[in-house]
Amino acid sequence: MTSTTKSNIVLDVSGVNKSFGGLRALTNVNLQVEEGKVHAIIGPNGAGKSTLLNVCIGRIRPDNGHVVFNGETLDRHQPHEINQLGVSRVFQTPEIFADLNLLENVMIPAFAKRDGAFTFNAIRAVSAEKELREEAEEILHDVGLYERRNHLAGSLSRGDKRRLELGMCLIQKPKLLLLDEPTAGMARHDTNMTIELLKRIKARGMTKVIIEHDMHVVFSLADKISVLAQGTVIAEGLPEEVRGNPRVKEAYLGEAHG
Amino acid sequence: MDAIILQILNGLDKGGAYALIALGLTLVFGTLGVVNFAHGALFMLGAFCAVTFNKLLTLEKVTLDPTQLTPWGTAAEIKTSLVEAWLGEYGKVLVNYSVPVSIIVAIPVMLIIGIVMERGLIRHFYKRPHADQILVTFGLAIVLQEIIKHFYGANPIPQAAPAAFAGTAQVGMLLGMGDAIPYPWWRLIYLFFSLGIIGIVFAFLQFTTYGMVVRAGMRDRETVGLLGIDIERRFTVVFGIAAVVAGLAGVMYTPILPPDYHMGMDFLVLSFVVVVVGGMGSLGGAVAAGFLLGILQSFASMNEIKSIIPGIDQIIIYLVAVVILLTMPRGLMGRKGVMED
Amino acid sequence: MFGNLSRQDWVMFLGFSAVVLLAPILFQPIGAAYPAILEKFCIFGLFAIGFNILFGLTGYLSFGHAAFLGIGSYAAVWSFKLFTMNVIPAIALSIIFAGIFALIIGFISLRRSGIYFSILTLAFAQMSYNMAYSVLTPLTNGETGLQLTLKDPRIVDAMFITPGTGLPRTTLFGLEISGGGLGGFYFTAAALIIGFYISMRIFRSPFGLMLKAIKSNQNRMRYTGFNTRPYLMAAFVISGIYAGLAGSLMAAVDPLAGPERMQWTASGEVVLMTILGGVGTLIGPVIGAAIIKYFENIFSGFNETALNSVFNFLPDTLREPIVKLLSLFVGEGWSLTLGLVFMAIVIFLPGGIMEGVRLIASLFKKGGNGNKPAVSGHAQPAE
Repeated sequence: MTSTTKSNIVLDVSGVNKSFGGLRALTNVNLQVEEGKVHAIIGPNGAGKSTLLNVCIGRIRPDNGHVVFNGETLDRHQPHEINQLGVSRVFQTPEIFADLNLLENVMIPAFAKRDGAFTFNAIRAVSAEKELREEAEEILHDVGLYERRNHLAGSLSRGDKRRLELGMCLIQKPKLLLLDEPTAGMARHDTNMTIELLKRIKARGMTKVIIEHDMHVVFSLADKISVLAQGTVIAEGLPEEVRGNPRVKEAYLGEAHG
Repeated sequence: MDAIILQILNGLDKGGAYALIALGLTLVFGTLGVVNFAHGALFMLGAFCAVTFNKLLTLEKVTLDPTQLTPWGTAAEIKTSLVEAWLGEYGKVLVNYSVPVSIIVAIPVMLIIGIVMERGLIRHFYKRPHADQILVTFGLAIVLQEIIKHFYGANPIPQAAPAAFAGTAQVGMLLGMGDAIPYPWWRLIYLFFSLGIIGIVFAFLQFTTYGMVVRAGMRDRETVGLLGIDIERRFTVVFGIAAVVAGLAGVMYTPILPPDYHMGMDFLVLSFVVVVVGGMGSLGGAVAAGFLLGILQSFASMNEIKSIIPGIDQIIIYLVAVVILLTMPRGLMGRKGVMED
Repeated sequence: MFGNLSRQDWVMFLGFSAVVLLAPILFQPIGAAYPAILEKFCIFGLFAIGFNILFGLTGYLSFGHAAFLGIGSYAAVWSFKLFTMNVIPAIALSIIFAGIFALIIGFISLRRSGIYFSILTLAFAQMSYNMAYSVLTPLTNGETGLQLTLKDPRIVDAMFITPGTGLPRTTLFGLEISGGGLGGFYFTAAALIIGFYISMRIFRSPFGLMLKAIKSNQNRMRYTGFNTRPYLMAAFVISGIYAGLAGSLMAAVDPLAGPERMQWTASGEVVLMTILGGVGTLIGPVIGAAIIKYFENIFSGFNETALNSVFNFLPDTLREPIVKLLSLFVGEGWSLTLGLVFMAIVIFLPGGIMEGVRLIASLFKKGGNGNKPAVSGHAQPAE
């Protein structure tokens, strides 16, 4: 539909509806994410933010409407195909490989990036993959976990798990990175560290969609903000525009009272 | 037409056994979240309750009677059943009806076995991975069947149905179709018995508050736990009920199939298939699939069918399971969200 | 090709090979140095190594692997009957057949995971067992089992050798394999060592790492860009081929095949060997297999008379109940012991013997390095 009109739109969500049973989770959601920008989605609990991200990565199929990524309609794609197109995601509850060490956790996505969705690579040992290893160590440096690279991922604190997951996504150099509350449950110090990290990778020109409750994080990172309430986008614009919008205040206050 | 009705009837009693075992399996799985590979062993233990009861009833006292001589010139042995000696004619009736009467014994015995099993072992595996549950109950199944083998031997031990029900019922007469459909009385009784037990279990779940909690637990275990209901004790009772149901299915099945120590595993594999076909966690599905597969198996063992596809009777159930799982991953009546990957 | 295993791995591999090859001497003190039992160690070790590639790495618990063992045995015996007594074609045929069956069964069973997968594999194994007993009697000779006869054509052998009287023995280009000599043992030992080496390479390779990652968190794998199905298929087929190979070796050292090899108890046995030794460890499954086969040999040899002579020193009143109790567990009762061991391992030591060894080692090393012992990994519940 609109996928070819603007070349700098990376992700184009148009007219997406989704309901679970009788419950409407998303109603006619439209969202355009521009290349190289950080697009924040905010909104009260239960507004449908996570559902929207799930639609984007193929975890949930929309009832109708389309998600177009770089000109490709993501209607019939498997999750791994969407990732291979260049979409990575950090989940709300960290999805990591708890039984493997940090280095392995970060190397695995690098294999996916290099070798594709399936390669029967049983000849060379993992330890012989020097390049990927160095790449992974660099990423672990970036997320501040290098010293613990030989620990099991399951032994990390929740905040560290999030940073690890972020590293797992970053090593794939995705065209689009989806972040579901990347700083939730983190201490102030860790939050600031994550903001710095995200700012640094912003400079590398990676497009990001970020869901966040922490307004400090949102306003220090976002180029554009969409506000979701009860499954629809009620406001959209630059951070300062959204900050003054009365409907947004109402949506948040409504939540505070309810 | 007659042949078809006969085959349906032939499938129904076996289907009844499948349904009863599958009912317990899915009940335990749905509420406790445990995959019980020892459930077949409970069916087997039930059958051996009947065997033991019968053995006790037919215990004999041997006395030597010097007044009577055997052809070899030794004193003749006079065997008198202890039960008959004590109870006279009633004793004889009791021996004759040992299979149905042993239900009275089997209920408390199976209940105790179930409770001990749940308290002693299963309980500690609620939070362990399914693979561990499978492994430990599999080990238990081996232990139980080997113990039975040790005490009762490896050979099947035939049990007689009460003499009054030993013959065949002319089912055709009842349906006004002449005498073309002979059907053993005991199988007919088994069919109604299994329907009765299924009815009781469903009524219990439907109309008692206890059952209501169990049903809610099957739908959403965590919430029920949050309501502050003592879910642990209810789990024990659910497991006990499942054990009794499986045990009774075994007791009444003894005149149809002489019990041996490995009958539990034979039925377990098929009952798992029944549960999967019916839909994991669906009680109605388990019952429907049990009867359906029983009938299918009976049709497949008709000579007319076997001559077209040899050996189909041996594999029909597995084939159906494979087809169902490939086309309807949730089984016939499975609900969304139960054991999904 | 040989360059990228670590030093530690080479030490382990060479040590393993040395123990296996020297087994006829090393196992003398425990009375297990004769070829028949050593061959069993090797064959079941190989079976367990293969099973561990599936269960240990991916966490998919198959309850039907004995089916591949049986198929391998039947294929090998047919090769002996139709073509030649040489074991190489028999093994090749077994691997091909086991591979094809694993491909078909895996294709269907791997559509589901968790207990559905276990039940599906169990159903397939029971189906194979039932069919071997009934419809496929022309191929399997039913309950009696498939055996060599004097009337077998043996086309290839017939061209080169004039048949002697009596049944021929299986050979490896002239070296006798069946018949209970050391030739049979060294042949199975070579197969075990090669199998162990391949398994080690798989464990250390990116492919193996992906399988471990699937066990740890399959969801994450999918969202990381991996198509997990072909990985699981490959693991399933490889472990099926190992089982087929083990089956063909069984037939090679003793050329017959029966349906009981495919029964669920046989599938359960390989599961037990693997968890007893240590799921997901390289060497554990072999140790588990050897221990079970060793004790099976000892326990099932005992009977009440033997027990009585062991406890001869006790007074009768004490001896009788003890012998009565112990006789439950030996001889015919070996299966009972097996079941109890099964339960005990799952309850008390889910990581198996290797986990126990690691725990003991870490007790001695206390205060050494701060590395925590890797806890045996259970699959994380998916979100």
